[in-house]
Amino acid sequence: MTRTNEISLLIGGQAGAGISAAGLLLGKTFLRGGLHVFGTIDYPSLIRGGHNFYLLRAATRPVFAQWDKIDLMIALDERTLERHREELVSDGGVIFDSDEISPDSPNLPPSGVQRYAVPLESIVKELNAPKVVQNTIALGAALGILGYGITQLEEILQETFKAKGDKIVSMNVDAARKGYNYAHEHFASEFCCQLKPRTGKHHQHMLLTGNEAVGLGAIAAGCKFIAAYPMTPASPLFHFLIAQAERFGIVTLQAESEIAAINMTIGAAYAGLRAMTSTSGGGFCLMTEGLSMAGMTETPVVIMLGQRTGPSTGLPTYTAQGDLHFALHAGHGEFPRVVIAPGDIRECFQLTIDAFNLAEEFQTPVILLTDKHLIESHITTQTFDTGLVSIDRGKLLPMERYTGPTPYLRFKLVDDGISPRLVPGTLGATVHADSAEHGEQGFVNDTADNTRQMADKRFRKRSEIQKALSRYDAVKTFGSKDADVTLVGWGSTKGVVLEAVEILQEEGRSLNFLQIIFMAPFPAQLVSKALKGKTTILVESNRTAQLGSLIREQTGHRVAHKILRYDGRPFNPLQLVARIKEVLK
Amino acid sequence: MTSLTREDLKTEQPISWCPGCGNFGILRALQTALVDLKIPREKYLVVTGIGCHGKLFNYININGFHGIHGRVLPFATGAKLANHDLIVLGFAGDGDQYDEGLGHFPHAARRNIDVKLFTHDNKVYGLTTGQTSPTSPQGYKSKTSPGGAIPTPINPLMLALASNASFVARGFVGDVTHMKELMKAAIQHKGFALVDILQVCITFNRAQTYQFYRDRVYKLEEENHDATDLQQALKRSRETGDRIPIGIFYQEERPVYRARLPQIKTQPLIKQPIKPTKLKQLLREFT
Repeated sequence: MTRTNEISLLIGGQAGAGISAAGLLLGKTFLRGGLHVFGTIDYPSLIRGGHNFYLLRAATRPVFAQWDKIDLMIALDERTLERHREELVSDGGVIFDSDEISPDSPNLPPSGVQRYAVPLESIVKELNAPKVVQNTIALGAALGILGYGITQLEEILQETFKAKGDKIVSMNVDAARKGYNYAHEHFASEFCCQLKPRTGKHHQHMLLTGNEAVGLGAIAAGCKFIAAYPMTPASPLFHFLIAQAERFGIVTLQAESEIAAINMTIGAAYAGLRAMTSTSGGGFCLMTEGLSMAGMTETPVVIMLGQRTGPSTGLPTYTAQGDLHFALHAGHGEFPRVVIAPGDIRECFQLTIDAFNLAEEFQTPVILLTDKHLIESHITTQTFDTGLVSIDRGKLLPMERYTGPTPYLRFKLVDDGISPRLVPGTLGATVHADSAEHGEQGFVNDTADNTRQMADKRFRKRSEIQKALSRYDAVKTFGSKDADVTLVGWGSTKGVVLEAVEILQEEGRSLNFLQIIFMAPFPAQLVSKALKGKTTILVESNRTAQLGSLIREQTGHRVAHKILRYDGRPFNPLQLVARIKEVLK
Repeated sequence: MTSLTREDLKTEQPISWCPGCGNFGILRALQTALVDLKIPREKYLVVTGIGCHGKLFNYININGFHGIHGRVLPFATGAKLANHDLIVLGFAGDGDQYDEGLGHFPHAARRNIDVKLFTHDNKVYGLTTGQTSPTSPQGYKSKTSPGGAIPTPINPLMLALASNASFVARGFVGDVTHMKELMKAAIQHKGFALVDILQVCITFNRAQTYQFYRDRVYKLEEENHDATDLQQALKRSRETGDRIPIGIFYQEERPVYRARLPQIKTQPLIKQPIKPTKLKQLLREFT
């Protein structure tokens, strides 16, 4: 069966062999051809010698998750064949290095699957190139087999290696052509999947990870400071902002711990900057005393919490949604917070901008709750419209000179609980903020009346945030409102759920999807309304159905069915479809 | 010249330190140092931790942040990088800085972040009612070490020197004028500065009293100490017995952290426009 313009591809090899880079090159090649792309790297927590693989999907419709079957595999080592040959479709193909893997290898897939033996090592030698260039040759061969053409890859190689000089550029371009030509000369029969670049208006897209989208959102929002401690899978956001630091006037600092990172961030925010930090669950544990301090001192900070599989060290490089309740309840004492969970790349960008606006408008910490699958996968998305970026600094007073009543009251008791905010260094005033309970001026005050008044003041802000939810898409519904069955989810499962819904709708089933974006404050009324009278199926990447219990707590609605995955791996569309059918049987 | 009086620096907050507490001397030294320096008060930011020392935040009318236990230095680091026009003065206790916040200490020093750290080192936990501190001498008896403290004490000055601190000094609350001069020198120093202050807790520490220190302290500047010589400084920092040196142990000129950051070479981050230009260009890199 010939399939056109839809493919699932795997590139596998040793850790450290440039698997992820090769996957991204191919993804960008398809992006330039107007296709939608999803790409994700699966890697263990080590640097060399383990097995890495990059899963790539390309199609004419949006794709958000890996497919369960592989059409074409690029096996850069024997282990890739051994581990993944069972995943190949019966008429799929495998490109392998015939210099390294014997044609008699028991790991080669059964007959029916096309075996594309390419002497990668010999071609590398011929080119007098380093071994890693074999990846580029294999990419060229793949494009030849897919009938895609090589123009886009050449273009991408030129751009990617430009900074490394002409020699490296031409070496890679030559390598790609060699692979491409080799495929044309040796593999005459047409492969089952053919992929063609599209012409026309399909080029308004970008290919990027959630980490990069959050980084772009931070830059767009005017974030000027990030302090962080490296932790997978959040580190790439930090790396991205470090790389852009000089260009956009951002100070980045690798802190000695997450405790230091959050306190530095709060220090920068108190001094008046838009500031953020990023981490994963374990690091966020260390940040909780700081989070509580940001709540008490009403300091606007943004924290990106990129979840991975826990508890404890867990699976450092695999995905999970196990920190929802943690994000909602982290920190001692009671204070208002905002917890937002983007579900796709565009939301990573937009909600990061919103996060900075919310933090400053309500002078309280905002947590962007993401996960490995979303922040480390490459997904095509429509190019962000910078015209829609707006910066709202709330009640921040001008820094030149303070002209209001003296003394300046940082924590003035006002109706909406949001006191006018001045930053230190302003002529005519001193700004005092205290992690201990304080009076209006900011100095310590432990009287009963003041304690109650200040707690009420902080929680009036929470009411204001709740009101402000109407300005945002706190939830989104996809599909017909009249559907009998509603799937409910959040964060990175959004993409795969949408794909599953599409498949099931094509089969004539009546269902829709409710995505919840604001976790705190929770849009209880909207969720209640959306779930009323529906058969609800919860889809989450955790063991305990945390969103399910949040919905129960906030609305009283008990979700009817739960589809949970907690093995570190993301859902894939067909498996999810099967589980939904199982539930609805 | 701006005139700043001690009156300007006072707040209306009632002081809750024990009568006779060494903290009064530290507060007075700070007030008089600031008066002497004639810098507008809006330029200062005081950051304090948790402990008796932390209450100083309430008693000095300059910008202030009373943070959490042990975190004076990271908070101060963030604030300083955000607005390097601010003169950031950190105050911490011995438990605060050398126990809970110890992990931050060598890093602030080696970064040479332009933050001043004054530690109220009274060798006891005061606000939590008298437990052993990381600088309590071996054998120190308290409710947490009734048989006498087992570990050897941390030597903050050696630790600072080993961490490449560019200004290392020790003051004594019994000599406010001398301490004031150390504070001024620290503030005028370009880079990270530690002034470890021999403080006295009259309620819980009956061993390290005013008299105990008066019998032992001597001034480095009166004994031809060369503060540019690291070896001499290290040697002096080990004197913790019958003779305890106070004064500047070590000082060197070294580029401050922010000097290596081109993005804040011309003006503080806080004064830079917030809306990014060239964002579209960056977005194109992903197409």
